[in-house]
Order: sequence, then structure tokens, then C-alpha cells
Amino acid sequence: MTQLVYLVPLFPLIGFLINGIFWRKMPKTAGGVIGTLTILASFIVSLGIFFEVKNSGTATMVHLFDFINSGKLSIPFTFQVDALSSLFLLIITGVGFLIHVYSTSYMHEDEGMVKYFAYLNLFIFSMLLLVLGGNYLIMFIGWEGVGLCSYLLIGFWFKNRDYTNAAKKAFVMNRIGDLGFLVGMLLILYTYGTLSYQDFFGQLKGGQVIVSTSTYNWIAICLFIGAMGKSAQIPLYTWLPDAMAGPTPVSALIHAATMVTAGIYMIARSSALYNLAPMAQTLITWIGLATAIVAATIAMKQYDIKKVLAYSTVSQLGFMFLALGVGAYTTAVFHVMTHAFFKALLFLGAGSVIHAMGGEQDLRLMGGLGKKMRITQITFLIGCLAISGIPGFSGFFSKDEILAMAYAHDPILYYLGVFAAMMTAFYMFRLYFLAFTGIFRGTHDQEHHLHESPWAITIPLIILAILSVVGGYVGLPAVISEHHALASYLAPVVANTGEHHMLAGTEWMLMGISVSVSVLMIIVAYVRNKKPAFAPNTGVAKFLENKWYVDELYDAVIVRPIGAISRLLDRFAERAGIDGIVNGVGKLVGWGGDRVRLLQSGQVGFYIFVMVLGIIALFTLGFFWIR
Amino acid sequence: MILVLLITIPLLAGILAFAIKGEGVKILALLSAMATLGIAAYVSGNNYNASISFTAPWIPNIGTQFSLMADGMSGMLCLLTAIVLLVVVIVSWNKKFEKPNSFWGFMLLSQAGLMGVFLAYDALVFYVFWELALVPVYFLCSRWGGEKRIPVTFKFFVYTFVGSLMMLAGLIFLSQQTPGANSYSWINIVHAGASLPPATQQWLFWLLFIAFAIKMPVFPFHTWQPDTYEQSPTPVTIILSALMVKMGLYAVLRWLLPVLPSGVAYWSDTVIVLSVIGIVYASLIAIVQTDLKRLVAYSSIAHMGLMCAAAFSANNIGMHGIMVQMFNHGINITGMWLMVSLIENRWGTRDMSKLGGMATAAPLMAIALVIISLANIALPLTNGFVGEFMLFNGIFQGSSQYHMVYMIIAGLGVILGAVYTLNMIQKTAYGNVTDMVIAKDLSMNEYIGVAIIICIILFLGIYPQPLLDMTSGMVK
Repeated sequence: MTQLVYLVPLFPLIGFLINGIFWRKMPKTAGGVIGTLTILASFIVSLGIFFEVKNSGTATMVHLFDFINSGKLSIPFTFQVDALSSLFLLIITGVGFLIHVYSTSYMHEDEGMVKYFAYLNLFIFSMLLLVLGGNYLIMFIGWEGVGLCSYLLIGFWFKNRDYTNAAKKAFVMNRIGDLGFLVGMLLILYTYGTLSYQDFFGQLKGGQVIVSTSTYNWIAICLFIGAMGKSAQIPLYTWLPDAMAGPTPVSALIHAATMVTAGIYMIARSSALYNLAPMAQTLITWIGLATAIVAATIAMKQYDIKKVLAYSTVSQLGFMFLALGVGAYTTAVFHVMTHAFFKALLFLGAGSVIHAMGGEQDLRLMGGLGKKMRITQITFLIGCLAISGIPGFSGFFSKDEILAMAYAHDPILYYLGVFAAMMTAFYMFRLYFLAFTGIFRGTHDQEHHLHESPWAITIPLIILAILSVVGGYVGLPAVISEHHALASYLAPVVANTGEHHMLAGTEWMLMGISVSVSVLMIIVAYVRNKKPAFAPNTGVAKFLENKWYVDELYDAVIVRPIGAISRLLDRFAERAGIDGIVNGVGKLVGWGGDRVRLLQSGQVGFYIFVMVLGIIALFTLGFFWIR
Repeated sequence: MILVLLITIPLLAGILAFAIKGEGVKILALLSAMATLGIAAYVSGNNYNASISFTAPWIPNIGTQFSLMADGMSGMLCLLTAIVLLVVVIVSWNKKFEKPNSFWGFMLLSQAGLMGVFLAYDALVFYVFWELALVPVYFLCSRWGGEKRIPVTFKFFVYTFVGSLMMLAGLIFLSQQTPGANSYSWINIVHAGASLPPATQQWLFWLLFIAFAIKMPVFPFHTWQPDTYEQSPTPVTIILSALMVKMGLYAVLRWLLPVLPSGVAYWSDTVIVLSVIGIVYASLIAIVQTDLKRLVAYSSIAHMGLMCAAAFSANNIGMHGIMVQMFNHGINITGMWLMVSLIENRWGTRDMSKLGGMATAAPLMAIALVIISLANIALPLTNGFVGEFMLFNGIFQGSSQYHMVYMIIAGLGVILGAVYTLNMIQKTAYGNVTDMVIAKDLSMNEYIGVAIIICIILFLGIYPQPLLDMTSGMVK
């Protein structure tokens, strides 16, 4: 089965080609069905691969063809099937399939539906390349490929200038990160002469190449810069909230469940490197934690239902990087998985709400939706409980594990992490109460149209809700069970260093603290949003509503100066400066020619006069020369 | 003998073209382009390791022979020349030029000159073809160009001609130094140059390099280029930017690096610094251009800067990357110009502030524009990526002590390139249909031309090995 791994990306590629080539003639429903079935086929193959890897526990390399062969540089197009990649295969194709099903209904009114499915299939294809690649270059191909699909889908409704601006911003910010990734790859090639995971990690272990710790740190930091862009970490996070311009299922798939976790995948994949790079690990820890906190503060004051979820995603990604930074790679991957379930659920739920509200996204104009949309309400509530870390739901297990690992590393990380988790519970339930309880605040017309969504939307919600509950039981806390299924599955690939051996009492206490603050914040959120009043924000609240003014800051410090420099260069350096000098030389020659031409007067007398002068000069010169 | 055909077919077709009346000349051009492509494909496919050569006596008195040679690099560039010319003929099929016979005659003559440049194995033959390629372009720009064509073409001609004369002086000087009787043969020039004392090589370097730098062009010798590209008719712009700039780079690889090794080693840091500055400088300027042609022109300067920096980094992977990228840049820039000219034909303007909504008005064109633009910014799985990756690799592993700094600064071009390219897509393809009325989408001949470009982009992006194999003999 593992030898057939190329089928997994092949199916979406075929789907993309069919929908992409026949997009004008293809009926909408057929386009949706083709797009969805190809992902289902990939999912089935992925399941087979997953269980085979589970039983054998070994990595398989599948060589497709030689990609670049130039002297010593040899980069094959190879897939690596092991525990880590096969787990990601399941998440991508599984959650991806549900979102495709959902899209068949959600996008049905859109004239560009076939094009939409073509893009979506291309995205799945690229994402699969990213996780399957057997070396960093193939990962990079997928990495930029998903960035392209993200760009195309954010700007899917391309007539709107704001949307295409958001798409552009996403692509450019990702490219900044990609430059870091590129430099990281070149450093690896320069130092080790290979980009293949097996060779590179083998050499790291074997230590044939003696390098200093600072080299490890530089490679690790460069790769992490790539991860910052893709996974929306400070300072490269501002594209993700803007990316909400795309259709909501896209936000669920690309900007919550899969693409944005690519950075976590990359660092977990490179755990052997990061374990040797302490400075990079510290950097990751603090950037992750800072992102978790900053994004959570912003999420508390947003009114757009998708913006809340977007900042929530940024914040949760911060948690994952916190886990990576303390060396708990498995835990980070665990949270990637549970987050994929509950965040996809929350986004799709939000999409169901937006669908019912006729496109309205402002929480201030919702309220009391639960009465008309029971399934959406219940599944959304499950998602909120999961992300808030309420025991029994999947988010509890993974987030608790991150916090415990952080505590084992340094208690201050734990307290700051709990602070962020506290805000998470607050903003999620603020959203929940504003949207689903109380009285309806929208227009009469909207109220009249409120309805539960069709089955193609509710069934994925129900399945994801189930997964959001049971998904956590693959990684039970040490105090409950000795057996951590996910950790033992990933053990052959991922080299954790953050193993914690803490007393059972400590662990119960940590769990108790984080759960009780979450419950407390849910109550606070209820009390404050029971009968909401929306006075304009002032002071800190206004600062948070305006996202710490980071966009304005970047605009003033980076975007505008670059524009100004470009205009200055164009006007002065280019036209007046360099071209001026070139033209000046030309004019000088012309001017000189004009002057010399005066000598050619045509008067024989003048010529003879000059001739005599010349003869005298020559004689004088000759006289002195001979002497 | 087969190499002579590569030159004589377009040469004779070009001369014959002047005698034909009316639009029938395009059939001649098409036949010539197809025949040349067939031969070029045979030559480039046949010499992965061995090279083909041809020699005939020419002017023995001054030690020059008519000698041609095709190795991997020459074959590849001849192939590129043939492909590009064929695409130009196909896409311009329905375009009416005033005096079509002389227009296509000059185009074919220029192609003959280009083939000669890439095949010449004798310095004087090289010089003659270098000029033969230039002169028809001068006539093409000055007769069929835009409003400001006369002063712009004049500047272009004088600028490049000054460079050519410096090169001629340098080559004559070198031929004087050859062992035994004077000789212009490549191998003798190489021996002569390499045995010169370093101090001589250091000044001689500039005589040759300035000629090549103007052609490429390298910052700050580039200012003729945006004006000339803007004023030339599009088929000529394509010849200039896809092929003629490669003459400069080719000349560096063939007639400078091996000839003056000490001079090159002495000045390589200077050249790399200029190239790297040029990348950032041209990319920044591209951001604020509103005219599509000027935007593509500056983007091309940035790309050539990257190749030039890699050429002077003395690294094999980088060298191999240049081979790949010369071909791919030629294909991609041809695609960019085709799109620009198709837009201009339909909506009568190249000003991006007046464009918008092409994705609605002409969706096929918008798709083509997006794919070609993405290749232009080297997205993986398009042909631009492999070459660019290898170029960065070469610069990063270069011999200079500042090699990593050079690469990182050059890398800024990757980010800035995304900025101006996506701006361009946004302003032309996206948005509402405002001033752009619904126009006819790609016609059949345009479709074929654009499809050839896109197929090459995707094929070499996914499977670059044929191109790498073709030129692997050039890297030792």
C-alpha cells in the first residue's frame, strides 16, 4: 500500500485537471461531485497507508523521478511515508473531504463553483506534496503551491478590490517567510550537501560534519522564519485575519485546519535539528507564546464572526509553537490534529450561520440563532467547549498537555499560557452567546429567512463535532493512562526532548487551574453578553478592536517607505541620474563635434595658417627632442 | 555543415523576403522558422556530450576562419532562438505591419545574426554576427516603433555600438597575443588571454565586459532598455529581451570567463555587487511603473542581474543554473510580452490604471497571464523555479567571502518580484470590467502561441532534467 502513495496526490490532481480544463462546460453539480470524490479516494488510500505504517512502524521512500541532477547536487522527487506524514495525510484528506462535501452546498449558488473546486483540489494536491516530500525542496514545492492556492482562493471573488488586496498581502507575507526557508535550505546544502531528510538527520546524528551550534541555530531560525509566514506567527501574522475574505469553507480548510499548520509540520519533521539549536528553540517558545496572547486579546474585541475565529486560529497556532519550542513535538502535532477538528467545525458552523443570515458576518446583528438552527448551535457549542479545554473534549487533552510541558520547562510559560487559554474561553463563548442566544438583532427580512442549513452542511458539522469529542482520546494524560497512543505512533519519527516526569499531584493541580479559569471565563462571558449593549469602544478596548494598530504600523514603517523610495529612485536616480549621465555624455560628444566643426570653415587661407602653425610646433618639438 | 544551415536558412529567407510583395511573406517566415526549429532541435538534442563544429577558410591574411561550433550551451540557445521566432510568427499572424516584406525580412536577418553569435568559434566571426544581429533591430525599431522611436533607437544604437567597438578593440588586442601567427580562433584567444599578466587582464576585462554589460544589461548600463522595449513593436521587443540580452550573458560565459581568468577573479566582487544592486534597484522601480511594458522591462533587468551575479560567483551549480535560466527566462519573457501585446491590441492601452476586469472580459487571457506571471516569479513547478534555485545556490556557495550576503540581498528580489507581479495581475485581470469592454478572447493562432509557451513552462517546471542534461557538459 505504501508503494501506492503517489495515488494520494494523484487523485486531487486529476480532479483539478478535469475541473480546470472543462470549467466552462462542466455543470456545477458534476464539478462538485468530481472534486469531492477524488478527495474521498485519496482518503481511502491514506487510511490503508496509515494502518500499514502503524503496523510496520518503518519509513518507506518512494522514488518517482530525478528532479534536479547537476554534478554533486542531486534532488530526487521522492515521497517519504512514515508516521508523521501518514498522520497528516489522514488529517488533510479526511477534514478536506468533509469540507468538500460542505462546499457542494455552500458554493452552489456561485457562478464560479467549478473553478472553486478546481482550486480546492489543487490545494489538496499541494498540501499532500508538502507533507509527503522526502526532502526539503519537495516540501518547498508544496509550501509555495499551497500559498498560491491560498492566494487564488482568498481572491476568489476577484471583482472586489479589498479581497484581492487581502490575497496579495497573504502571498507577499508568505514570500517573506519563504525567503527564510530558501536561505535555510541553502545553508543545509552548503553545510551538508543534501536536502534529503534521511541524509541530513543521519548526518546530524552521526556527526560526520563538525559544525558549531551557531550553524544549527542559523539553519533552524531560517526555517522557522518560513514557518512564521505560513503559520501566521508574530511578526508575519497579519495576513491571516485578512484572508477571511475568501469563501468560508476555504477559511476552514486552508486557514484553520491544514495549510497554516505546515509550519508546525516542518519543525516537527526537523525535530532532530531543533534539538541541537537551543537558541532557536527559545525564540520559537517566546514567539509562540507572544502570538498566543496577542491574538487572543484581539479576538476578544472583534465583531466579525470570522475575524474572531481567525485570531483564535493565530492564537492556537501560537500554542503549538510554544509546544515545539519546549521540545514537545508530539504534543504540537496532537494539537494540530484536535485543532483541525474543532476549528474546522467552528468555521463551518460560522459558514452555516453566515449562509442563514444572507451573508451577514457582524455579531452585533445576530442573536438567538439557536432557535432556528439547532444542529448548528449544538455542534458549534461542542466546538467552543473543545477549544476552551473543558474536560472530556479533545481540546482539553492536547492543550493540557502543552501547558504541562510548558510547566515542566519553565513555570512562567505555564502561567502565561493559562492566561491565553483564559482569554480563549472568554472570546469563544462571547461569540457563542452573541450569535446563538438572546434575541435576534438583525433585520426583519433576515429573521424571516433564518433556517437550518441542508444536510450537505449539517452532516460534516456532526461528524466534525464527534471528532472534536473523541479526537482527544488518542493522547490521554499521564496521570490517567500510561499509554499515549499518538506518542507511541509518532515515536520513530519525532525526537521529543520535553518529556516530563512530574508528580501526579502537580499534574492534577495544573489541570485543575486551567480548567477552573476556563469555566470561570465562560461564566463571565455569559454574564457580560446576556443582554449585550454595543457602546463604541474606548481606551484599551478600542486599541484591541483596532488590532493593536499593527497594520497601520506596518503601513507606516514598511509599505509606504518602500513606495516612496521606489518613486524617488524612479524619478531621480533612474531618469535624472543614470540616464541623465548617459544622455549627458551623448550631448557632450555632440557639443564637442559642433565646436570642432567650426574649424572646417572652407577658407584655404585659414587652413594654410593652421598648417604653418603646426609645422612650427613640430619643429619646436623636434628641436627640443633632439637635444 | 548543419550549423551553416542554421544561419543560412534565415539569412536567405530574410533576403528573399524583401522581394516578396504583400502578406505572403509570412508564409516564408513561417517555413523558415519551422525549418530552423527542426535543425536546432536536432543540433541541441544531438550533442549532450560531443560538440559539432564546422570550419572554412575566410580571411587567412589576418588569421580568421569561418568557424562554427555547437556544444550544449550553443545548441540550447539556438533552440531557444528558433522556438521564440516561431512563436512570434504564429502569434503575429493576423497582425498587419506596414511593408510586411521588409518587416519580416529584417526579423529573419536578425535571427540569422543571433544564430551566428551563438555558434561562432572565431572572435571575428563572432563580432560580425554580433553586429549583424543588431543592425536589423535598429531598422525595425526606427521604422515600426512608437512615437518616440527616433531618439530612443538612436540612443540604443549608439550605446550598444560603443560597447561593440570596445569589444572589437579587446578582441583584436587578444588576437595579437596569440602564440605564433595572429589568430582569432576561440581556443587560441583563450590561451592568449589566460597567459596575459594579471595587470593586463584587469584593464582588458573592462573593454569586453562593458560591451556585454550593456547588452545584458547590468546596472548601471541599463537605461537604454526600458525606453527601447517601450518603443519597439512587440515582436522586436521579444527578439531583444528574450534573445539579444542572452547574447550578453552568453558572451560573458564564452568570451570572458575562460579568456581572462585573473581579470575576472579580480573584478568579480565588483560585478556581483553591481548585479545585486541592480536586482533590488530594478525591482523597486518596477513596483511604481504604470506602463505594462516598462514593468516587464524592469523585471527583466532584475532577472538578468541574478544570472550575472551567479556567472561571477564561480560555482558549478550556479553555472548550470544559468544555462537553465537563460532558456527559461527567454520563454517566460516571450510569454509576458505576448500577453502585454494582446492586451494592448484589444484595449488600446498599456496603462494599468486604465485596465481591469480581464478575468471577466477575456478569461482565457487572464488564466494565461496568471500562469506566465507565476513562472516569471519562479513559482515551483514552473520552469522559472529550478533555474532560480540553482542560481541562488551558486551565489550562496560562491567564492567571494561575502557570498551569503550577496544571496540574501539578491533574495529580496523574490519578495519584491511578488509585489510588482501581483500588483500587475490585480490591476489588469481582477476588478470590475470598467474601461475594458468585453473583447474577443484568444483567437486560434494566439491560442497556439500562448499554449506552446505554457506547455514549455509546465513541462520544464515539473521535469527539468532534459534541459539540465543538454547543458551538463558545459559545467566542469
